[in-house]
Amino acid sequence: MTDLIKYTAADTAAAIASGQVSAVEVAQAHLDRIDAVDKKVNAFLHVDTEGALAAARAVDDRRAKGEELGPLAGVPLALKDVFTTKGVPTTCGSKILEGWIPPYDATLTSRLKDAGVVILGKTNMDEFAMGSSTENSAYGPTGNPWDLSRIPGGSGGGSAAALAAYEAPLAIGTDTGGSIRQPGAVTGTVGVKPTYGSVSRYGLVAFSSSLDQGGPCARTVLDAALLHEAIAGHDPLDSTSIDAPVPAVVAAAKLRDVRGMRIGVVKEFAGEGYQAGVMQRFNESVELLRELGAEVVEVSCPSFTLALPAYYLIAPSEASSNLARFDAMRYGLRVGDDGTRSAEDVTALTREAGFGPEVKRRIILGTYALSSGYYDAYYGSAQKVRTLISRDFDAAFAGVDVLISPTTPTTAFPIGERADDPMAMYLADLCTIPSNLAGNAAMSLPCGLAPEDNLPVGLQIIAPAMADDRLYRVGGAVEAALNDKWGHPLLEEAPAL
Amino acid sequence: MPGITREEVAHLARLSRLELQAEELDHFAEQLDVIIGAVARVSEVAGLDVPPTSHPLPLTNVMRADEVRPSLTPEQALSGAPAAEEQRFRVPQILGED
Repeated sequence: MTDLIKYTAADTAAAIASGQVSAVEVAQAHLDRIDAVDKKVNAFLHVDTEGALAAARAVDDRRAKGEELGPLAGVPLALKDVFTTKGVPTTCGSKILEGWIPPYDATLTSRLKDAGVVILGKTNMDEFAMGSSTENSAYGPTGNPWDLSRIPGGSGGGSAAALAAYEAPLAIGTDTGGSIRQPGAVTGTVGVKPTYGSVSRYGLVAFSSSLDQGGPCARTVLDAALLHEAIAGHDPLDSTSIDAPVPAVVAAAKLRDVRGMRIGVVKEFAGEGYQAGVMQRFNESVELLRELGAEVVEVSCPSFTLALPAYYLIAPSEASSNLARFDAMRYGLRVGDDGTRSAEDVTALTREAGFGPEVKRRIILGTYALSSGYYDAYYGSAQKVRTLISRDFDAAFAGVDVLISPTTPTTAFPIGERADDPMAMYLADLCTIPSNLAGNAAMSLPCGLAPEDNLPVGLQIIAPAMADDRLYRVGGAVEAALNDKWGHPLLEEAPAL
Repeated sequence: MPGITREEVAHLARLSRLELQAEELDHFAEQLDVIIGAVARVSEVAGLDVPPTSHPLPLTNVMRADEVRPSLTPEQALSGAPAAEEQRFRVPQILGED
């Protein structure tokens, strides 16, 4: 077998199950690939060579004993460095957690291990998942495999870049305002934000608890579905976990049939600020869905124009509270403890030294929004906007099965272009934020290259909460039709690293 | 909507336990003024009679049975501590001398 690194997760698992290749060979091929390209890409913050090979050996042993293997047994995965991993460093891209070795696994980590998934290592991210470019990592930016001088999106840029660079066929992200979908869009990969509450947050280092959601990243819609089913489901350790069956997303991904579906185009996601090539590919996708037998109508969600301002009050408010735990007392960095300073001073010195600029900005912004005197005007109003956005979604989903839009207004921008312009950076999440505020499900998948820069464009599909299967039904059909048209997956057009 | 001054940012930084440097303070004050100017648009809805949403799921008091379960050992719990002593987190002085 050649080119193991280009296999889909589904094909990799099948090849291992049938004995065509061992899990150790698959893991080694990916570790070799990481060794060869990751100095350029910087997708990984930590590569767990020994852990990966041990996990792969365990899968091979189980197969040798004739045990039945799960649908992802032996498949390598890149894990965003925001989930705790017992005995393996977890930094969240922050200096304040440099060298921290968690004493426990996140529920998601345990589920991956139980499924026989081989965790290759931890991927780079914007510090505490705050950002849209991975430039806010304390450990240097990640390059976009399509053009290493451009951003891979964020906050999960490391996970998306690892997929696009063939360093792993599967990855995990977290999506608070678009951190799975926007990196997916700009790297030509698939990313899904499941319904809020469907993937456990236990062991996910909290940024904005009412918005954070872990989810699958992959190179194909089916692979994302297989990973989705492996990680989703009720967890008693997360009080916001939904106690209901996971939608049958794998079956939906295999349907490849959108005939009779009603699809709404969100009118508000177009116009000023949207790159011409992005809109061109999006409009072609709309036509494609019509050709495939879906009924496409225009839908208006007027409150979406307030989603971005509401998000940048709610997320920083929750972050300012969540990040209070980094107090230099129980874990992580401690600075200035020379016996003369008080605990309060040591906390303040440590947070100054350990947090990067975007984290500090958001902590201050959140503290401001929650201050008495501003609370009603800012945080209170943002919560009302959240209600209005949910109502817009409810009204839209009364008439259509899914909504579609571009995932992000532009293709990948150059590293450095928006690094010190927070408002320009925030615009990257314009189309993804409403789903976080409402808690529903959304996917991004590649729909072509923008003609002006030959960079990937993402198509976003949004479904009602707990109707995640609709994302995969539409995504699977679009992917199959586009691959037929192109003659190969889009990623084949990326330059060799 | 009012903007934000350098003095307010300094006050918020103190409340947030961030010992900001002077130049950081200048830079953040400028950026936060722009950000707050942009997010202040939400106050358009301040007067509307709309209930607030704090969370996407309507959950209240999720309870579980009060059973003893396996947990971290003291050694594991202290494994990441900057300083530990006698199975406790060792912290700088919390109360003043007087």
